[in-house]
Amino acid sequence: MAATPNVIIDPVTRIEGHLRIQAHAVPDGMGGGTITDPGLSASTMVRGLEKILQGRDPRDAWAFTQRICGVCTVVHGLTSVRAVEHAIGIKVSKNADYIRNMMIGAQYVHDHVMHFYHLHALDWVDVVSAMKANPTRTAALARINNGTYKPNNGALPNAAYFQTVLNKLNNLVSRGQLGLFANGYWGHSAYKLSPEENLLLVSHYLEALAWAREVVKLHSVFGGKDPHPNLVVGGMPCTLSSNTGTVNDEKGGTSLNTEGLATIKTAVTRMKAFVDQVYLPDVILVAKRYKEWANFGATAGNFLCYGEFPDPALVKREFTDGAIDYPAGYIIPQGVIWADAPTTLTPFDEKMVTENVAHAWYLGSDTGEHPSVGETELYYDGPLPDQGRNPDGTSKYMLDENARYSWIKSPRYDDQPMEVGPLAHILTMHARGGTANAQPTDKLVRKYVQQLWINPTAQGGLGLTFTQLNSTLGRIFCRVLETKIIADQIAGRAADTAAGTAAYAGWYQLYYNNKAGAYWNPNTFTRLQQPNLWPVQVGFGFTEAPRGALGHWVKLNRVSGLIDNYQCVVASQWNAGPRDLVGVPGPYEEALRGHVLANLKQPLEVLRTIHSFDPCIGCAVHIVDPDGKPLVQVDVNHGVCSTTRVSDMRCAS
Amino acid sequence: MSTDLPSRSDHSHMQADSSDGVTFDEATVERLLQLGISRRRFMSYCAGLASLLALPQSMVPRLAQAATSTTLPSVVYMSFQECTGCLESMVNSFAFSGGTTIENLILNMISLDYQETLMAAAGDQAEERLLSVTDQSDYVLVVDGSIPARWDSGYFISGERSGVARFRDAAKNAALIVAVGTCASFGGLPKADPNPTDALSIGDLMADLGISKPLINISGCPPIPEVITGVILYYLSQGMPTLDSLRRPTVFYGDTVHEDCYRKESFEEGPLAWAFDDANSRKGKCLYMLGCKGPVTHNACSRIRWNQGTSFPMMSGHGCIGCSEPDFWDRPNRRNEKGFYIPIAAGSGHTRGLPCNTCHDDIGGDDD
Repeated sequence: MAATPNVIIDPVTRIEGHLRIQAHAVPDGMGGGTITDPGLSASTMVRGLEKILQGRDPRDAWAFTQRICGVCTVVHGLTSVRAVEHAIGIKVSKNADYIRNMMIGAQYVHDHVMHFYHLHALDWVDVVSAMKANPTRTAALARINNGTYKPNNGALPNAAYFQTVLNKLNNLVSRGQLGLFANGYWGHSAYKLSPEENLLLVSHYLEALAWAREVVKLHSVFGGKDPHPNLVVGGMPCTLSSNTGTVNDEKGGTSLNTEGLATIKTAVTRMKAFVDQVYLPDVILVAKRYKEWANFGATAGNFLCYGEFPDPALVKREFTDGAIDYPAGYIIPQGVIWADAPTTLTPFDEKMVTENVAHAWYLGSDTGEHPSVGETELYYDGPLPDQGRNPDGTSKYMLDENARYSWIKSPRYDDQPMEVGPLAHILTMHARGGTANAQPTDKLVRKYVQQLWINPTAQGGLGLTFTQLNSTLGRIFCRVLETKIIADQIAGRAADTAAGTAAYAGWYQLYYNNKAGAYWNPNTFTRLQQPNLWPVQVGFGFTEAPRGALGHWVKLNRVSGLIDNYQCVVASQWNAGPRDLVGVPGPYEEALRGHVLANLKQPLEVLRTIHSFDPCIGCAVHIVDPDGKPLVQVDVNHGVCSTTRVSDMRCAS
Repeated sequence: MSTDLPSRSDHSHMQADSSDGVTFDEATVERLLQLGISRRRFMSYCAGLASLLALPQSMVPRLAQAATSTTLPSVVYMSFQECTGCLESMVNSFAFSGGTTIENLILNMISLDYQETLMAAAGDQAEERLLSVTDQSDYVLVVDGSIPARWDSGYFISGERSGVARFRDAAKNAALIVAVGTCASFGGLPKADPNPTDALSIGDLMADLGISKPLINISGCPPIPEVITGVILYYLSQGMPTLDSLRRPTVFYGDTVHEDCYRKESFEEGPLAWAFDDANSRKGKCLYMLGCKGPVTHNACSRIRWNQGTSFPMMSGHGCIGCSEPDFWDRPNRRNEKGFYIPIAAGSGHTRGLPCNTCHDDIGGDDD
């Protein structure tokens, strides 16, 4: 058994959900130390959503699963919608897939930018140091780093602009009310940015809040609100307005009028601009100052992707009525990368996914079973809360790595823990880019990895190795890189001779050209009453969420038509899960090994690596149905099913 | 249950070493500068707020005064069984007019002293922060998420304390408690049948714990961002707003979303939309047959609209799911069936010649 933990973060803040981290660092005698063993990652909140879904109308499931997480709001809803569509054999129109792509894509861009500035930046940016910045020199830095970004009423930010930001910070201090900035690890020796670099990033922190408010309008036009926009099984609930002008009592219409379409176009343009002008150069700036973080935070090196963003170029076939068959491939490919071959994409086999509860607070299988067959019940046998501390200040509440210690179960693929998320996305695209099936986005990924990460500093790169992508810094880099790829995929991009890719109009334009087409398959609700036409026993829906592979399984009752069984295996579950029966740690836990801490009481270094995964703990915690029936048919190909009759599609008009 | 829950004094030596905390040096503190916010834009914001809250414009100076006092009111925001959707929504707050935003709110108008998703501090430093700010008095305690009834269930633990203990201790010195979102207001999704974790709303937990404090429920899944920030600012400037029987401010929850919906006319006279994407859907006809719960749902979505007035659910083509009402996940509709696509039963709603048995003004509660 490992030594008593002396590094504890509870609550881990600047994440979604409730997470506790424990680790043991071998003290260096100067207040710091080195973590030599894996840490311990524990989720401490549970709601039991899958239990709640039993017996519900499958059309409603998306609204329940959407509330698994208000940050990942679109992806949980859409995964559910896809699972039900797969279960009942319904396909959706091209417009619906374009809109879903844009909504998921906008969520990637929104979440990744907000993660960098609002959840992660304060691990790298010292706000107190920013207050010592010279505004003139900060303006000079802004011209170099973000030379096309003009937040100052359409002009480049000048010294006066940064003085205003300084005044806001000073005002907090003058009142003695630091609000959100109180009690940070300010002045910690691991902060490396200059005062001007800190002030520039603080300024972008504030501006990103205003930017985020604009880009979520895309969700609002299509889904009526954000967070938690509305979706529907069988397509999209939104539809083109009969009235291009103002929507009112007299003329009616919908949000997809001239104004709404313009709002989407503006959101798309702003997304792309902010990524190009601010987020990408800021990440590179931080990466240059913190290059040593390419040496910390590696996981075991196994990566998993379910695949995401069906694209017209990848559609198997399209029907005359506008319905499309599900795609043969995705922008982010489906597949697995093993540690011993980091540039090779191997096929994903859904049957090799298992979950075990060896270290989770459930009764169920300790050895691991397919998600659809497990029988688990809530079973808390951890320490009691509210017991205070021992006289020496140590905690009476300590989780034991040899016992149950988390509400997250341990998913495994081929018995191995897998990292999912942006790093996995970039590695799988990179790997496919080296094959005959290389997509344009894969080629762009390869170009940027070479140009920005691998090239020597003399050529403007970071001078790091491909292998070093598996690191804390690599995760941050891959997150911004995929954000750029997706923002361009939505907004369109010019031809790139260096990458060898042609110009692309972008999903928005392609949708716009087709906007009068169908949005919903009218057979959907009647199909729910026709179990004889349902192609599979268990519907499987998946997305690649911004945080990684997300799968929902739904089993419908063939008499009542209601949900018998519902199961989610979620991105942050893969990353944040506990040890398995043989003691192999999950990715968060493994990634902490080797961290050198300057001050055990201020474990900033641990926070950097945990935050690099973008934890989303509400997502990771759920329970399964005690229905032990084995899965009969799950086709991993995102809804591909045997029924391809035209009667399954929207009726031709 | 609550009698066995260890009291706060048991962990009072949780206070971290102050040398671990924030260290603003004297020199920094002395370099104070004046606030750089435009007075004109700020006043415009207050005027917009007053208008939305149906306050006379003579109240604008008081709003402005409250929002610019030298000592900003402390807001402690705690999260329990939630999804972070409410916080995401609040971050989308914007000006009613004039440009005051969440950035200005958190920098200039309130002191957001504890909020786990946004705060710099983590772990012991975050816990120390929570204990020190809740040792003061007169802060506003904002809560999102429901709380498991049993402190020893293990269903919610944070900072080594149960949800019950965290809430009880933070509520002790609060001047006002604001339950944000339907989970905190009414139990919401965790409380949906069969309520696997015995989740309670904040109001029910307060009753269990014998806590008697002013409580405002700002329901919605999530609530409209301007409603969250608007109610907080209203309280700080005017005191308690008028509440309905479910403790929701009537200024935002007095009407149903149906009453301000532009599709209302066809609810009365037809034609109705019968399927998504049909001709009547495109024309903006009423979504009643597609299950819209607008006639029984009290909220301001169709009036304020979402995301800076961009849209609201019915404008984008999907019916209201009723998310600001208690137990909306289990609402019985026609044939006593649950479901967001099942039309509401006859006799529900304010209009179409039907008696209203849902409005709080009549029987003091919802219809379930």
